[in-house]
Amino acid sequence: MKYLNLLLLAPFIGLLWVPFYNMHDPVFLGFPFFYWYQLTWVPVTSALIWLVWKKGEHS
Amino acid sequence: MSGIPAPDGIALTVFILFFGLTIILGSTVALWRGRIGGKGGKSPPAAHGGHGEGAEDWGLGGRQFGAWITWFLVGGDFYTAYTVIAVPALVYAQGGFGFFALPYTIIVYPFIFMVMPKLWKVAQAGGYATAADIVRGRFGSRGLELACAISGLVAVMPYIALQLIGIRTVVEALGLPGNISLVIAFISLAAYTWLGGLHAPALTAFIKDIMIYVAVIAAVTIIPVHLGGYGAMFDIAEKALPSAGGGHVLSSGQVVPYATLALSSALAAFLYPHTLTGILAARSADTIRQNAVFLPAYTIVLGLIALLGYMAYAAGIHTTNTNMVVPYLFQTIFPNWFVGFAFAAIAVGALVPAAVMAIGAANLVTHNILPKGYETVTGARVTGFVVKLGALICVLFLNAKFAIDLQLLGGVVVLQTFPALVLGVTKLRMTSSALLAGWAAGSVSGLALCWMDGLKPVHPVGFGDISWVVSTGLIALGINLVVVLVISVIQGLVGGAKPSEA
Repeated sequence: MKYLNLLLLAPFIGLLWVPFYNMHDPVFLGFPFFYWYQLTWVPVTSALIWLVWKKGEHS
Repeated sequence: MSGIPAPDGIALTVFILFFGLTIILGSTVALWRGRIGGKGGKSPPAAHGGHGEGAEDWGLGGRQFGAWITWFLVGGDFYTAYTVIAVPALVYAQGGFGFFALPYTIIVYPFIFMVMPKLWKVAQAGGYATAADIVRGRFGSRGLELACAISGLVAVMPYIALQLIGIRTVVEALGLPGNISLVIAFISLAAYTWLGGLHAPALTAFIKDIMIYVAVIAAVTIIPVHLGGYGAMFDIAEKALPSAGGGHVLSSGQVVPYATLALSSALAAFLYPHTLTGILAARSADTIRQNAVFLPAYTIVLGLIALLGYMAYAAGIHTTNTNMVVPYLFQTIFPNWFVGFAFAAIAVGALVPAAVMAIGAANLVTHNILPKGYETVTGARVTGFVVKLGALICVLFLNAKFAIDLQLLGGVVVLQTFPALVLGVTKLRMTSSALLAGWAAGSVSGLALCWMDGLKPVHPVGFGDISWVVSTGLIALGINLVVVLVISVIQGLVGGAKPSEA
């Protein structure tokens, strides 16, 4: 369960290391990469928290 | 203000209708709550404030809010009306940099998931209503309790002022004189909180959210259609704003401030009295975990709201008063009746968090600052009223810039309660004197840096040849933690100090 908690570090790494996404291309549905990359982290973070919550309960 | 249609009676009528309805519903919440809620029949506590349950019901909703109400309440007071005005204003002024609110409001949720259920359990077990209560319970230190309470109060007061400014912004855009409408907004807020307690914002938060969702979804679907799609919108905005160069969105000097501001905002977000009140009012620790999964839905809306700043460029809005970007945009694009609705959404969106903030502040004053014996409903009501009055005076007699500056300083100060509150629930051994010294060192250095930098939230830090511009709150928190660590280690070596137990 403790190892599973490490999943929650992913959004911190993915979002706080800005060079990962500080670029204009590729554009998706008119959105430059910078914007859609960060917006994508919203459902991903929700899913990760859900996973840690539900799996953590069983162990 | 070329091209902004003059306000008319229809917008004003729709605005008054929705705003008034929400206030009436919130103020009379005691009358109808028992009839619709599942907990039915439980009559509201007597107004002539006895101790205990009545005060806890007014200030914390009796700790009975389930997943849905918590979702609306926390979402309602975390994503405030000021956000709807200020985030697009920042994006309009600075481009991509204004989006740091997005990583901030994403990484805050793993943090809530890990920390807040623990705090909730401590608070539930000890009957605590505020951050300072929790700290007193853990460390048994009156000094640390006062430090936490004062930090929270300093942080939340300007926040209330900003909500009042949010209401004034839309009311002025409707063509009414600002100060008179501000007083009206204040009276509405006071009545609503006085009578309804935390139940008023909790049960009207859903009205606020539905209205904000409708307004924002209409804006982000209709406006791009008007203006030729999102691609065209980004193109126009990019031409209007200075380019970062090299295919980047943020210039190289903005990267570190972007990341550190996001981090420090996320760490501070739930140390504020109003956000913590929303969390502590939850029914169970699992209610909070569930909310950590579903609250990010608001962040999507926030991202879309931020885009309003770019849409303003595409709609040809030019103003130096960036707070007016959103009102002007709505007035340019929407028919009058919908302008009234959208403005009412913003005003109600200010009312809900302002009420929770006043309650959170009142809880701090009655529980942690005044001597024992004031923890009554009447005590909390009067204190809540005084807090709001202070915010009103701040807005009326000092300018908006002052409230914004104060809010920045408050954010730096409230972050300094992080070690006592959050690390206090871990197994780390720290003494109250170490924490108090850290709090003082962090607060003083943070405020001094802000002051020297001309009230900017970031400060340059150099290591040899490399220099970064880092969030001031984070620097102060670093100093704070070092002081706590050093003193704790020294006290451990001397061996005299007893590590505190819960």
